[in-house]
Amino acid sequence: MNRPGTVVEVGRSTPPILVHNGDSVVLQRFPPGTRVVYPPDPLPGLRDPDGAIRRALLNPLDCEPLPALLHPGMRLTIAVDDISLPLPPMRWPDVRARVLEAVLDLAADAGVDDVEILIATSLHRRMTAAEVLHAVGRRVFDAFWPDRLRNFDAEDPAALVEVGTTEQGEVVEVSRRAATSDLLVYVNITLVAMDGGHKSVAVGLASYRSLRHHHNVHTLRHTRSLMDPPHSALHHSCDRMGRLLERHMKVFKIETTLNNDTFPAALGFLNRREGEWTPRDHAVARMVASTTAMLPPAQARAVFHRTRAPYALTGVFAGATEPVHARALESLYRQQVVPVRGQSDVLTVGIPYVGPYNVNSIMNPVLVFCMGLGYFFNMYRGMPLVRRGGVLILTHPCRAEFHPVHHPSYIDFYEQVLAETRDPVRMEAEYEERFASDAWYRQLYRRSHAYHGVHPFYMWFWGAHALEHLGDVVVVGGDRAACRRLGFRSASTLEDALEMASQTVGTHPSVTHLHCPPLFVCDVEPGGFETGVP
Amino acid sequence: MRALECTPTLPGYALSRLVGGTRGGPFTMLRLAHRAAPALPGEGWVRLRPRLAGVCGSDVAALTGHASPYLGALASSPFVPGHEVVATVAEAGERWTEGARVVVEPLLHCGVRGVVPPCPRCAAGEPQGCESVAGEGLAPGLQTGYCATTGGGWATELVAHQSQLHAVPAQLDDRDAVMVEPLACALHAVLRTRPGPDDRVLVVGAGTLGLLVIAALRYAARPGRVIAVAKHPEQRRLAARLGADAVAEPRTMLRTVRFETGARMVEGRAVDPFLLGGADVSFECSGSATGLQDAIACTRAGGTVVMAGMPGRASLDLAPAWHRELTLRGAYGYGVETASAAGRGVEPPRRTFDVALEAALALRPGRLVEAPHSLEDYREALARAASAGSRGAVKVAFAPQRAPGGLRG
Repeated sequence: MNRPGTVVEVGRSTPPILVHNGDSVVLQRFPPGTRVVYPPDPLPGLRDPDGAIRRALLNPLDCEPLPALLHPGMRLTIAVDDISLPLPPMRWPDVRARVLEAVLDLAADAGVDDVEILIATSLHRRMTAAEVLHAVGRRVFDAFWPDRLRNFDAEDPAALVEVGTTEQGEVVEVSRRAATSDLLVYVNITLVAMDGGHKSVAVGLASYRSLRHHHNVHTLRHTRSLMDPPHSALHHSCDRMGRLLERHMKVFKIETTLNNDTFPAALGFLNRREGEWTPRDHAVARMVASTTAMLPPAQARAVFHRTRAPYALTGVFAGATEPVHARALESLYRQQVVPVRGQSDVLTVGIPYVGPYNVNSIMNPVLVFCMGLGYFFNMYRGMPLVRRGGVLILTHPCRAEFHPVHHPSYIDFYEQVLAETRDPVRMEAEYEERFASDAWYRQLYRRSHAYHGVHPFYMWFWGAHALEHLGDVVVVGGDRAACRRLGFRSASTLEDALEMASQTVGTHPSVTHLHCPPLFVCDVEPGGFETGVP
Repeated sequence: MRALECTPTLPGYALSRLVGGTRGGPFTMLRLAHRAAPALPGEGWVRLRPRLAGVCGSDVAALTGHASPYLGALASSPFVPGHEVVATVAEAGERWTEGARVVVEPLLHCGVRGVVPPCPRCAAGEPQGCESVAGEGLAPGLQTGYCATTGGGWATELVAHQSQLHAVPAQLDDRDAVMVEPLACALHAVLRTRPGPDDRVLVVGAGTLGLLVIAALRYAARPGRVIAVAKHPEQRRLAARLGADAVAEPRTMLRTVRFETGARMVEGRAVDPFLLGGADVSFECSGSATGLQDAIACTRAGGTVVMAGMPGRASLDLAPAWHRELTLRGAYGYGVETASAAGRGVEPPRRTFDVALEAALALRPGRLVEAPHSLEDYREALARAASAGSRGAVKVAFAPQRAPGGLRG
């Protein structure tokens, strides 16, 4: 029987709680009265994933079956989500590979010759050949790479077309190949509620000219939250853009959902509640914690970045974008939603080793900011888990270490922009354009494997809502200088961090800890958790 | 008189390179001596009592054995260092009254040496390139402070030709005045190069000269953007205050220049990263080989690298300079400026020192001078000067008239 997510109150005999700490983990004692929010157990996967995919393609929502949309002489483009999904990367076979093979088999049966596959990178970095191979599988890779399977290039003027402008003046400029095809099939992994829907095409295949209409401070401040699309200004903008796109092009959307079986058996303790650990789990946990803490950062990273998630497919939905997305969200929320009553003064979370923007890479301080204030802060519907003016406590070493190939513009953002200001409005006004139009960054984005020059700004804007909401942010174990650069404070221990937090929220604050990953989203209702007085 | 006297010897040179010659004492080149005051070499010479005398990076390099031997051939020993001097006229002369407060323009050119006719460089109005400095008229010496005949500022007396003296305006205090000579060096480097309003200018090194170059750029040239590279936090703070638009540490220099100029960075095997593109003009003010190599790496094709800081012997990769057709030029001393200081309403040609005195009124560089030392405290003073940046200091100076053990004020 799969247990739902739950909220456990820490008592005096509660064992230490596992907290992610970048490329390591720590076992942490929390003060009595702390609420620990645990994710639901993993739902069982579909017994016949390939069969479910085929059935979805043949029985889509509000749309003709896919074979009816395929004919000889047509131009077909298939887009897939990029390296940022899923997290961690899943073990073979990746769900994209399954879906692609099913679609391509139907296309081949229909005699479609003109087929190209685009990695919907948007302004993310280009995937390497090895990464693409893992995502699409050997059969598709050998048949299509590199001429007909490539990363989308949002900085190639010849590869872009302006489709139109929304009623709110938002310019929609996307892949020319996609917009001028007879059919665009988009293959999603809806890992969290932020993903999928109209956002896939409107962001994944769009240029900077389009993205700036919603990847900006004003929009992100009114996105409450990223995981609650009906209350997200970002998603409203993407919906407007997506609807405009679909007046000009035919889109067949395929969204998949996964369970939250995140870590393989060897690291199974990371999936389980501490009170249910076996002796082996205890031993492995302590060994992983101590070993990774001692290793040089690069080696500790290698331990975790080799991990492949044993995710199972829980749903596959195909057809028109909006009904598909609605069903995908239902499936997703069935796995991820945890009801929580009341906000708290303090929210704590351990930042894991990987986020959307450092797969096979380094989590630099700007990405730590984004993970904490952009993602984990936003893992809610209703209201944030932490009250306005409350304190967010993160656990992460937060070293000023950057991947020079993947994140070159982040280095300059950290050294030049953050040294000058942390105000996202000022950053946007004074620096964004310069980074976005820098010729070197553009060259590295197009020819190397670098995130677009503007991307660190988006990481900062992702936390714009949290910056307005929170009273303070403390990082347990964080590098002092790096934390100071981010506008955070650094504490050696959780106890010290709570002591520092009390200067903001008062003594005996109420504390909630997010036991995440595995990923989940909290449905937060008012009332019921006022203070942490035991 | 009391004087810090330098007698270069081979063993002293070697020992100084090993242990640092600022400590003085036996077997080093520097000692505190009681000796006869220098004689007046002839008509038109004036006896001076130094009020303040600065310690220049070139002095430290000479005393620690890091100056190029080339310069040793243009000095005569024993010499009393100190070429940044504000002094009181000790005896009335033809043009100067007793008690007048003056700064010394230390170049020992033909006009000072009494060489008639003057050498071609002096005749052309370029006294800093004087060809008589190897010993005509006076003992060899590029400047006061490196010449056995004249003495130098690190003493209770020295002599100077009346043409070397400039009256100090009453509005300038002694600390401002002792900075006139290094300010003149900075202005000379800037006015000879004349960066324009579209130019991106890099200043490598933020010791005294680097900071004054930044100030001089803002005062006399007004370039588009000034990027400074400074090793120490206090230097970075001062560089920003004096007008640098962007300030970087050496480790972030390349990325900062790349960012500020929109250049491309190239990383190759067995070569340090460099830029394609970069600053239009770079002023190398540290005098180090690393600084010069970095300046070359950060200057765009067709640009100019100005060696403003006194370099020594260096091993450099000049391929970038060749490939990019850089202009590599020295900027030594001062002389007569033919370029006008931007927007100042001053018509050239003018002596650099005159421009520097006016600039000092506007810039008040005396705030960079810390409390002066007595001659007897020379070990502490020179050690401080040798590591000024890391100690948060800029200009170290002597107050030679101060009695031993007197309070520093």
